[in-house]
Amino acid sequence: MKRIGLRIAILAIIASTGPAWAGDGQSAGVRNCTWCHGTSGQGYMVAPRLAGQRAQYIESQLRSYHEHTRDNPFSTQYMWGAVAALGPREARDLAIYFATIVPKAANDGDRNLMARGRAIYLDGIPEANIVSCYACHGPNAEGVRDIPRLGGLAYFYVKGRLEQWGQGYHSGVESPMPLAASHLGPNEIEALASYLSFVK
Amino acid sequence: MRFVGLRLAWPLALLAVAYSTAGYAQDIGAAARRGGLEAKLEYCKTCHGLSGQGYLGYFPMPRLAGQQPQYIEAQLRAFIERRRTNPIMFNVAHVLSPSMLTALATHFRGLNPKPFGGAPRGSIALGKRIYEEGLPESNVPACSACHGTEGKGQNEIPRLAGQVYAYTVGQLTGWNKNRGQGSAVDTSAIMAPTAHNLTRSQVEAVAAYVSYLQ
Repeated sequence: MKRIGLRIAILAIIASTGPAWAGDGQSAGVRNCTWCHGTSGQGYMVAPRLAGQRAQYIESQLRSYHEHTRDNPFSTQYMWGAVAALGPREARDLAIYFATIVPKAANDGDRNLMARGRAIYLDGIPEANIVSCYACHGPNAEGVRDIPRLGGLAYFYVKGRLEQWGQGYHSGVESPMPLAASHLGPNEIEALASYLSFVK
Repeated sequence: MRFVGLRLAWPLALLAVAYSTAGYAQDIGAAARRGGLEAKLEYCKTCHGLSGQGYLGYFPMPRLAGQQPQYIEAQLRAFIERRRTNPIMFNVAHVLSPSMLTALATHFRGLNPKPFGGAPRGSIALGKRIYEEGLPESNVPACSACHGTEGKGQNEIPRLAGQVYAYTVGQLTGWNKNRGQGSAVDTSAIMAPTAHNLTRSQVEAVAAYVSYLQ
């Protein structure tokens, strides 16, 4: 009941302001995002940080929600409805807007696991067929093109996403992440999510 | 009191040891299950493309599909012996047994996905000319002389057909830094003068041309 109420509220907001926003910080389009993702897009609770995220990645994920290819629980519950009325043009403008905000680091992981997480991030564990994250996400977890920035994302968000790939949820088409994450055990996921939360 | 404490301490210690070794055995078991050729192939393809067609991560990952097995083996050895500098591939390669190395190389030989694509098409004609005729005025031999008219390579000479554009550009523009440290034991030194004599735009032209070869 509560969930339906929230969905209706989001839909109502989108429907009322849909085509009118202009792409600046004051616009209703941005406000629809910051409602959950925090006033400056720094993320809040289960809604990940958008600030400093790669514009191409944000755009591709908005497309994935629109086409219902990204299907993890929070995506289906919140984002599918939230982007239903969002056109490609608006999606691009929003993506560029959030990408330009300087990101903060969540710093909410376990500091004792940082070194272990960093080692896995850089080298993987070749003996266990765990690939290096660095090869795609970059030396400072900054991402590139439509490969997301991971540095500074909240511990619970990264942990949840890595677990969900292992459980068979999808993100984009042809993403290597389901394969990459399928070899990670709970300890490795905790170490990676901890390390990444501290990366600036 | 002291006796009671000791009596309790022993079973506790035993329990603790039992727990920790059980956890350890579990880890090893999981790692062993993930071993084997199939798991290792999935590991390679996570980065090099699900059909071995190559991929663009933070770094370009080369196409392995259809590659000459001897070339793959030679390069994996070069990574292990640090004759080819690459921090990621050293870690990847140094755990591979010689038989695994051969099995991987043989597997990729048999794959034939479409080229990764995405290269600019503007200078493909120039690239084709350089590939087939070389640039005599700059001491650049025809690539086809060694890599074959269709770019399939042979033995230790790599296949170039369908290679990821950004990868070829990166290798040819940084040859002396990344490659050719093993001139005494492999054939990589052959490419040094040619890579040196090509201008950036000529490298881009050749890389674009070969990236579309099927």
